[in-house]
Amino acid sequence: MDKKSKSINKILLHSFLILGSVIMIFPFVWMLLTSFKSVTESTSMNPFVFFPSEWRFENYVEVIRQNNFFVLYYNTLAMMFFRVLFAIMFSAMAAFAFARLKFPGRDFCFGLVLFQMMVPPQIFIIPQYLMIDAMNMRNTIFALVFPGLVSAFGTFLLRQFFMGLPKELEEAAIIDGANYGQIFLRVMLPLVKSGMIALGIFTALFSFKDLMWPIIVNPNENAAVLSSALARMQGAYSVHYPQLMAGAVLAIWPMLLVYLLFQRNFIEGISTSGGKL
Amino acid sequence: MLHSSKAARKPNKKNLNEWMWGWFFIAPTMIGLLILNIIPIFQTLYLSLFQSGDFGRGDIFVGFDNYIRMFNDPQVWHAVRNTLVYTLLVIPISIAISLVIAVLLNEKIRGRTIYRTIFFLPMVAAPAAVTMVWRWMYNNQFGFFNYLLRSVGLESVDWINSPNVALISIAIIGIWSIIGYNVVLMLAGLQEIPKDYYEASMIDGASSIYQLFKITIPLLSPTLFFITVTTIIQSMQVFDFIYMMVDVTSPAYNSTVSLVYLFYNNSFRYSNRGYGSAIVMLLLVIIMIITVFQMKAQKKWVNYK
Repeated sequence: MDKKSKSINKILLHSFLILGSVIMIFPFVWMLLTSFKSVTESTSMNPFVFFPSEWRFENYVEVIRQNNFFVLYYNTLAMMFFRVLFAIMFSAMAAFAFARLKFPGRDFCFGLVLFQMMVPPQIFIIPQYLMIDAMNMRNTIFALVFPGLVSAFGTFLLRQFFMGLPKELEEAAIIDGANYGQIFLRVMLPLVKSGMIALGIFTALFSFKDLMWPIIVNPNENAAVLSSALARMQGAYSVHYPQLMAGAVLAIWPMLLVYLLFQRNFIEGISTSGGKL
Repeated sequence: MLHSSKAARKPNKKNLNEWMWGWFFIAPTMIGLLILNIIPIFQTLYLSLFQSGDFGRGDIFVGFDNYIRMFNDPQVWHAVRNTLVYTLLVIPISIAISLVIAVLLNEKIRGRTIYRTIFFLPMVAAPAAVTMVWRWMYNNQFGFFNYLLRSVGLESVDWINSPNVALISIAIIGIWSIIGYNVVLMLAGLQEIPKDYYEASMIDGASSIYQLFKITIPLLSPTLFFITVTTIIQSMQVFDFIYMMVDVTSPAYNSTVSLVYLFYNNSFRYSNRGYGSAIVMLLLVIIMIITVFQMKAQKKWVNYK
């Protein structure tokens, strides 16, 4: 290829990618722009208004006044924190045993883990809801965390990481007189750090995006999470789009910020966990 | 360790120690799995044989009535069709677009990471928030899309409430959301294809289209298979986008309701858990059938090294 057609190719390539990027970003931009508009501006068709005439924060003030965002952030964060904690802790333990130890019943139990991953999770929801209801735990943080107390996916994922470690590691540690608890904590766990980070990101992202379970178990306003609160807002003032968009911006900015700061971890986490499956 | 299979039958002190640690380590996960997942599967199956009593009255055993009702319920068949159509729209389009983007991003170009960051952006936004803004852009009177259509002289489209269009509108959101995830996985897969394959075929005078179909796609087939399987399973469970976009009262409800949305409405809106359980059992069966077909098809076109 000569130089000229190469640079034409480059231009075509970039224009295609830029067009794609604009399509990916546009809904976010539109959300932000609408959130600063007045209702009149947002519904004006002739002329169509792209940019708000001034940066009004009143939609944000109003949506915060009507919804306790402090509580929503707190509930969402608590749910994510405990789900990540339990997923990493219990999955790492089980994954270590499945990958590195020999004991009766191991293959059968791991079969159950695989089986859980193949079943659509909606099949668990009614019984899980009935359990929460029987324990009188509706509208609590515990209810939000409950289905995520253990993670079959996490167990499977981390097992792949443990399997990749050399056999000599625990043999050397056993000669040194270490027990399996010490081998797990001191020798193995530090070596699967990247797997645990990937699982943590995955779990955090999926609990942040979860909608059905919070709607079902925590219908109270003070026990809602960001996504379930958004769903309610849409029902409450479905015509006031600037306020709805302000609510949506308030709901997504923390995760977007974390993503932009740690995007390398996000993307590596997603690609390693996808690749390990 | 060397005679582990023999030793497993005859426990000595050292083996017993390993067994105890093994059971100890898997105990939390297995107990949790049993209570949260395994028993609930049977409970859902059991519940599907009952009709839920109204307001605290006990459940009535009805045998297979829920299943008989389900097969005669046109709404269930709408939901099956909508779910399959949604999946059939999302899979090929999202994979084709993602593949093109991933192949382009695999070139040495300026701003690769920035593009990748942008394409992945929808993955980190909650579907509830994302659907809200799409719903606003789809708005019949004031939406951005209809403004665009009208400004180039076309008729506006009722994106949300037209029974013919609404499912496509929802699939567009689904495609837009998943592209970044696919691109990231494909880029990881593309990185493993040796560069000499391309160089060798360049010498033979192969075009880039030829390279795409003869080198890239066959060698990327394990990744493509993984993406296809996970996307199918996810799409079969579509709920959030439809829940946020289409109300039960919408004229487009019958042509958009998915199996999971129907399950949710029956189980929690109308409190008929027996019928909801039957619907989710149907979903299980459909997903199992698709999985079996995929495993068969995998042997035909996936190229493992």
